[in-house]
Amino acid sequence: MSTAFSAPNFSTQSLPLNHTSTTTRDSPLVFAKPTSQFLRSTPKLRLSSSSKLNLSRRSGTVVAVSDVVKQKKSKSTPTLLITKEEGLELYEDMVLGRAFEDMCAQMYYRGKMFGFVHLYNGQEAVSTGFIKLLKQQDSVVSTYRDHVHALSKGVPARAVMSELFGKTTGCCRGQGGSMHMFSREHNLLGGFAFIGEGIPIATGAAFTSKYKREVLKEADCDHVTLAFFGDGTCNNGQFFECLNMAALWKLPIVFVVENNLWAIGMSHMRATSDPQIYKKGPAFGMPGIHVDGMDVLKVREVAKEAIGRARRGEGPTLVECETYRFRGHSLADPDELRDPAEKAHYAARDPITALKKYLTENNLASEAELKAIDKKIDEVVEVAVEFADESPVPPRSQLLENVFADPKGFGIGPDGRYRCEDPKFTQGTAHV
Amino acid sequence: MAAIFQGVGAAAPLSSSLSNSFDSNKSVFSPRRSFSVRKRASFAVVRSDGIVNLNPNGRSAQRLVSNAVATKADGPAASSSSKPGHELLLFEALQEGLEEEMERDPRVCVMGEDVGHYGGSYKVTKGLAKRFGDLRVLDTPIAENSFTGMGIGAAMTGLRPVIEGMNMGFLLLAFNQISNNCGMLHYTSGGQFTIPVVIRGPGGVGRQLGAEHSQRLESYFQSIPGIQMVACSTPYNAKGLMKAAIRSENPVILFEHVLLYNLKERIPDEDYICNLEEAEMVRPGEHVTILTYSRMRYHVMQAAKTLVNKGYDPEVIDIRSLKPFDLHTIGNSVKKTHRVLIVEECMRTGGIGASLTAAITENFNDYLDAPIMCLSSQDVPTPYAGTLEEVTVVQPAQIVTAVEQLCQ
Repeated sequence: MSTAFSAPNFSTQSLPLNHTSTTTRDSPLVFAKPTSQFLRSTPKLRLSSSSKLNLSRRSGTVVAVSDVVKQKKSKSTPTLLITKEEGLELYEDMVLGRAFEDMCAQMYYRGKMFGFVHLYNGQEAVSTGFIKLLKQQDSVVSTYRDHVHALSKGVPARAVMSELFGKTTGCCRGQGGSMHMFSREHNLLGGFAFIGEGIPIATGAAFTSKYKREVLKEADCDHVTLAFFGDGTCNNGQFFECLNMAALWKLPIVFVVENNLWAIGMSHMRATSDPQIYKKGPAFGMPGIHVDGMDVLKVREVAKEAIGRARRGEGPTLVECETYRFRGHSLADPDELRDPAEKAHYAARDPITALKKYLTENNLASEAELKAIDKKIDEVVEVAVEFADESPVPPRSQLLENVFADPKGFGIGPDGRYRCEDPKFTQGTAHV
Repeated sequence: MAAIFQGVGAAAPLSSSLSNSFDSNKSVFSPRRSFSVRKRASFAVVRSDGIVNLNPNGRSAQRLVSNAVATKADGPAASSSSKPGHELLLFEALQEGLEEEMERDPRVCVMGEDVGHYGGSYKVTKGLAKRFGDLRVLDTPIAENSFTGMGIGAAMTGLRPVIEGMNMGFLLLAFNQISNNCGMLHYTSGGQFTIPVVIRGPGGVGRQLGAEHSQRLESYFQSIPGIQMVACSTPYNAKGLMKAAIRSENPVILFEHVLLYNLKERIPDEDYICNLEEAEMVRPGEHVTILTYSRMRYHVMQAAKTLVNKGYDPEVIDIRSLKPFDLHTIGNSVKKTHRVLIVEECMRTGGIGASLTAAITENFNDYLDAPIMCLSSQDVPTPYAGTLEEVTVVQPAQIVTAVEQLCQ
């Protein structure tokens, strides 16, 4: 089934995404300086004078959506982007993400969780903006920075906290840990430690959706998959290979790049020949969109479009969310390389503060209501910690249980019986 | 592939069943420990499916073992239509198994390079795309890591993909996905997601294919927890293992061999599978246990002919299950013969033979009368030149020498 390359055409869509923003530029990108330059989500696209960046009009769209949303907002009768209900839902989800991660940091330093823990503070708008638009049967694939994706998708906070504490009541029975959050019920397909290795998994989930519709004839199967990953991953082969396959077969997937400009200590500018990731979408035949990832409403507008495209069978989209992590790469990262000015800039654009402002200024919610949500979330997180604390650690018997779906895979022992029939197997002490 | 053995005394017919493994407890012959030359008595042909054909046409029986790798059909004697089953080549057996499973379960699909329109570079998927469509037999771009991962993601969400590596060696590019996701994901998800994939493809040393196309990946993959590995060697077990692998809930890697695709055999018409965890008794014997798999089985059988003429009685077991090992069949054999020779195509260092040696020593050390001998390929990248290539793999003459040494 070869798909002839067809450039996606957005002209009929509600958002006029088919124009390229080629407005004036500020100073050109400066290479090899890790701290001074950073992309800001403005209509001004940054160009490097020395590179071969080509801004010619590829049909296929490369846009700064902040433009579009600003235009929408500046109409004479201001139309709100969300209802009160939606607003409160978004607020609560972001506050949950923030409070949970802050609690993780505390618990880590108190010795309740170990290993590599990567926190999501500052990036909540991306997770909330996208995942709150999904149905339960839609799938989410994440990276090691997956706690908040899990929470947004609906995995209970207690299950995530328990998993982080390594308890048997964790969402993965304590066997996965911080970097491997999975939930069959909520279709969270991981949680991956190596960057890029989740993207093919997401592509596979999208493939299943298409397969169910076209081969198994489940006509109403319109499940969408979201793949979240970072800027560092966008230099990895799996990223490009999957962009190709997704566009080739028009898979119902959205590739969401959480560009927080840093891959541990490697600045995105120092690692990438063309740092504008969204432009890599059209190269593979799908739209590439850049959006202000610190603004949940902008993200949500773009997400609606991209998810809608996928649901209608029009194929994948690449969305680059410019965002920032307020903490280090992980709890072990001293975070000394990033410029304090840069951190301050993004701290001023805290997505939760921004949404709060929007809700109060547009009279969608009062301060009191928002404070009540804050309090409620604090309780949820407290309860989660208590639950995790009180949960039992996995017993020895759990050791061998989930290695194989069919434990006959451990083979036949010298006595002729399958090893899994050995009574010591269920105790976790069998010799396999 | 038929096996020949000779027996002294009354040859009670073995129970004819479609089970592929011999139950070595029900040995036909009285156990003997001496190495004296046996008188040639009656011949019986026992096929790999356990059906015994006493006193067959002597000439056809001879011919069946004459080539290490049989490439042509036997003459009229073997193709009589009165015999049950049907004859086909190994790649056709794989195709038949795959096709039957695809009919049986619409979630079974195939992914790989050139599996669709091209029919597979070794013709294993020939005709399937026409029958089942381009989505069920998916021609992928050349991106092993990603399409293997895609297969794994599809398996997690309900499908049962069969992922083909055009050559096993190419799956080195998919090592990330095979190790991290295929093997481990069921565990790290706490058992929530299963990965019922089959990863298959031809490997092994061919005819002057060069170093990179002649790799044996079973040694690289064997440490990965959570996967099973099987190697097919006959049309019968190829079809059986393919079907069993597809039906298994575990991820299974099925190793085929480039030189074995044209082997011909008569296989049953009925539906059957071969147990993934069991080894196959090829030729029961008394003096020495020879453990082998895949192409080396044929070198071993060729050597067995010579050995039999010299008066030895080797027991040949095709281990088939490379991970986990069938320690029951192997153990029973070791307990009977007390001498073990492993013949494999892996490199000496870290190969399947090395693991098997360790496993046997650990479990059956008391039963051994001599140290285990392991014949493996040289730790050399397979040269292109035919003469050099020949000496990198184990040849029948070496096997004969090894047995003679072992049985002194």
